[in-house]
Amino acid sequence: MGTNILEMRSITKTFPGVIALDKVSLTVERGEIHAICGENGAGKSTLMKVLSGVYPHGSYEGDIVYENDVMSFKNIRESEAKGIVIIHQELALSPYLSIAENIFLNNEIKKNGLIDWNKTGQEAQLLMARVGLIENPNTKVMDIGVGKQQLVEIAKALSKRVKLLILDEPTAALNDEDSAHLLSLLRHLKDQGISCIIISHKLNEIAAIADKTTIIRDGKAIETLDMKADHVDQERIIKGMVGREMDNRYPAHETNVGGAEILRVENWTAHHPDDPNRVVVDNVNIHVRKGEIVGLAGIMGAGRTEFARSLFGKSWGTNITGTVYVNGKEVQVNTIKQAIDNGLAYATEDRKRFGLNLIDDIKRNISIASLDDFVKRGLVNDNEEFKVASEYRTSMNIKAPSVLSVVGKLSGGNQQKVVLSQWINVKPEVLILDEPTRGIDVGAKYEIYTIIQRLADEGKGVIVISSELPELLGICDRIYAISEGCITGEVSKAEANPELLMKYMTTEKGSK
Amino acid sequence: MSISNEKKVSFLDNLRSRLEGVNLRQNGIFLALIGLIVFFAATTPNAASITPTNWSNLVVQNGYILVLAIGMVMVIIAGHIDLSVGSVAAFIGAVAGILVVRPLEQDGWEWLPALPWWAGLIGAVIVGAIVGVWQGFWVAYVGIPAFIVTLAGMLLFRGMALMTLQNSNIGPFPDEFRAIGNGFLDKENALGTAIGLPDQYNAAALLVTVLGILAIWFQALNKRRASIRYSQPVEPRTWFYVKNSVLTVMVAYVGFQLANANGIPFTLILLTFLIVVYSLVMNKTTFGRHIYAIGGNLHAATLSGINVRRVNFWLFVNMGALAAVSGILIAARMNSAVPKAGDGFELDAISSVFIGGAAVQGGVGTVIGSMVGGLIQGVLGNGMNLNSVGIDAQMTIKGMVLLLAVAFDVWSKRRAK
Repeated sequence: MGTNILEMRSITKTFPGVIALDKVSLTVERGEIHAICGENGAGKSTLMKVLSGVYPHGSYEGDIVYENDVMSFKNIRESEAKGIVIIHQELALSPYLSIAENIFLNNEIKKNGLIDWNKTGQEAQLLMARVGLIENPNTKVMDIGVGKQQLVEIAKALSKRVKLLILDEPTAALNDEDSAHLLSLLRHLKDQGISCIIISHKLNEIAAIADKTTIIRDGKAIETLDMKADHVDQERIIKGMVGREMDNRYPAHETNVGGAEILRVENWTAHHPDDPNRVVVDNVNIHVRKGEIVGLAGIMGAGRTEFARSLFGKSWGTNITGTVYVNGKEVQVNTIKQAIDNGLAYATEDRKRFGLNLIDDIKRNISIASLDDFVKRGLVNDNEEFKVASEYRTSMNIKAPSVLSVVGKLSGGNQQKVVLSQWINVKPEVLILDEPTRGIDVGAKYEIYTIIQRLADEGKGVIVISSELPELLGICDRIYAISEGCITGEVSKAEANPELLMKYMTTEKGSK
Repeated sequence: MSISNEKKVSFLDNLRSRLEGVNLRQNGIFLALIGLIVFFAATTPNAASITPTNWSNLVVQNGYILVLAIGMVMVIIAGHIDLSVGSVAAFIGAVAGILVVRPLEQDGWEWLPALPWWAGLIGAVIVGAIVGVWQGFWVAYVGIPAFIVTLAGMLLFRGMALMTLQNSNIGPFPDEFRAIGNGFLDKENALGTAIGLPDQYNAAALLVTVLGILAIWFQALNKRRASIRYSQPVEPRTWFYVKNSVLTVMVAYVGFQLANANGIPFTLILLTFLIVVYSLVMNKTTFGRHIYAIGGNLHAATLSGINVRRVNFWLFVNMGALAAVSGILIAARMNSAVPKAGDGFELDAISSVFIGGAAVQGGVGTVIGSMVGGLIQGVLGNGMNLNSVGIDAQMTIKGMVLLLAVAFDVWSKRRAK
């Protein structure tokens, strides 16, 4: 046996009119964690789909050599039978089935043609122990968090005797703690001889965990970096991804502090909708000045999104109390309409589920929250709508042939720009942007930061919620830290640093 | 040789570039309708399918399904369904009978004053809207899926129709009432006599046809001009004129045929009015846009500040009122309110909507598409009747048409990806 578990040789995959992969080669050694980096649309996912048989043998050129044999997978089942398992970003679990049932889904342990539930439970427990998942195997998957669901996926992969595990953005939806656990699990699996390919946008994680990193850009494999030998840091990876040094990932910006107070929230408290006794947002007091970019830092589950959504028309939670002042005047925010009319806007963290009508065009997505502004004599003026949307397409640099293009076909970055256009067009005083750069590539992130700064320069207040501390440190004038629903710290740009913020973000209740 | 080859290529390229921006899928269903009409014109004995009387029948016999389909497409775009409309139509027919005719002895309605026909009409539509309030309440404010609410409604209102009619029929209706389903604009051709037109042509029908064609061109040119002024992409010029000319020829042809028969049915006037109004509602009012937004992504619509409950509620009120209009058309056409009226019409209306290009998941569909879908079914049924195709074969064929139409839709969408 050679030292390489996988060799993809000169893979070329074309779609009508597009070369998605252009002679890409990838070599993974046995027991190696191999990261694949690249901007969105660079071809990472296509490469993994070729490997796992989603694109069957014959639909691409080049060879896949796995364990020294040339493979010709016709579908995922054949690749899984050989021990190649892919875990997608959107988890493929059935929420109403138990952990054990999910682990052995389509791979059930049978005795005399019937499912052996005792053995299933027993085996599931063994697998759960291997991935460090402490739960009852009969718990329904919908009742555990995303981090644990990710572990169920890995346990499921282990049950299939995985030799090469492929993870697509495994930590995108995880908080730092769960991410850390997952990464240490991957190291652990590596020691057991399981090789791993990980696709990630989180460069710090890659720098921490990967043995080698292959960078893909525009369908070509640009380079493979040996993380140990070459002293590779994040800047080096970014350079490869974008094809240039990005000295500054955050555009330079004059901070606008000292403006008049535009938003003040006092004693804001919200309870969980399913459990009215549980306080999720606990007596939050914040304020935002005109032209200020304020960060809201917190680990996932700290109540960041819950705070924002309870503030935005009470669209989350029950028993919400507190006072809101916009431009010094107390306002009511009991419905979303009321919140919008009073100058608030909220762009969701999950644009596909909560932000966009993916089957409709750019124009109608941009206008939907401000449709009343387009009404003349009872009818929507769609010419005016087209004009306004086209202006946003230009000013926001939305890459699409026209505003009549369907939003679902745009890339993540462009979809995010549509979401921002939609909310900018309601002409709010304060914009709350929840994870504005999640799942979009480095180039588009830079553009989004520029847009955020432009909004601040126009005199709006901007609240940015983000899991990525460097992002908050890079663009915010002031940052609040939130933990367990409480504001646990407030730091200005000058005094902010990751260690201090992380300390506040992990402050537990009562200890402060 | 080579020169002629080049010419061919450039001609094809030219054609292709000219066809760019033409929505083939949407126009495909329209072409299918024309194809069906041509097919039956060629196959029915003595071309019976395109005689003036048959054109007239086609409109009058399908009017009440088409009215239901208008409300249904709105409900389906929002991601719901309404299974009760056939029963509601029967119930409203019965209500109209009670309000306008009241022939039953000891029927328990003696306390109610007899109403003039027009007041009975308004009353019936109001009762339909109240039915919609009932169903809208359960769907929008209690949150029970529309499938369940309207499945219950299907039984409930059929039962109420039976109760109201006490298992018998009410009729005949006054002439004015009957005219809604059976009457024609200026049937006596008073206008033709006045201006001295040959008697076999209904002058009012010709006049309305000409006005209709003028309206079509006025609207189309206006829209195109506005689009160009705002530098929006428009259909290629040739295609624009070809399309509208074909439409003009069709309207002129049908109008001429109707003029040759009894004139323009009141049902057609009512239907045209409803199509124009509801197309406007769906495309150009916030209510219509909100319906598309809700069907496309409920969560996103909610977070955009749309009052989803209110939209859903009014959708069902509207559906109830349109089901009432349909019930009135049925009763007027049959000249009596019968317990079995509208039986299974909900399925015809739903089929029309899906043949017309709506998506089961919601968010997609048009009023005009549903009308074409309904006419495809109508022409198909009518043509098969004239060809003496048995009811068994008719049902089989209609089922296949629905399945294949939607399959084509799914396939063409997948291809577009």
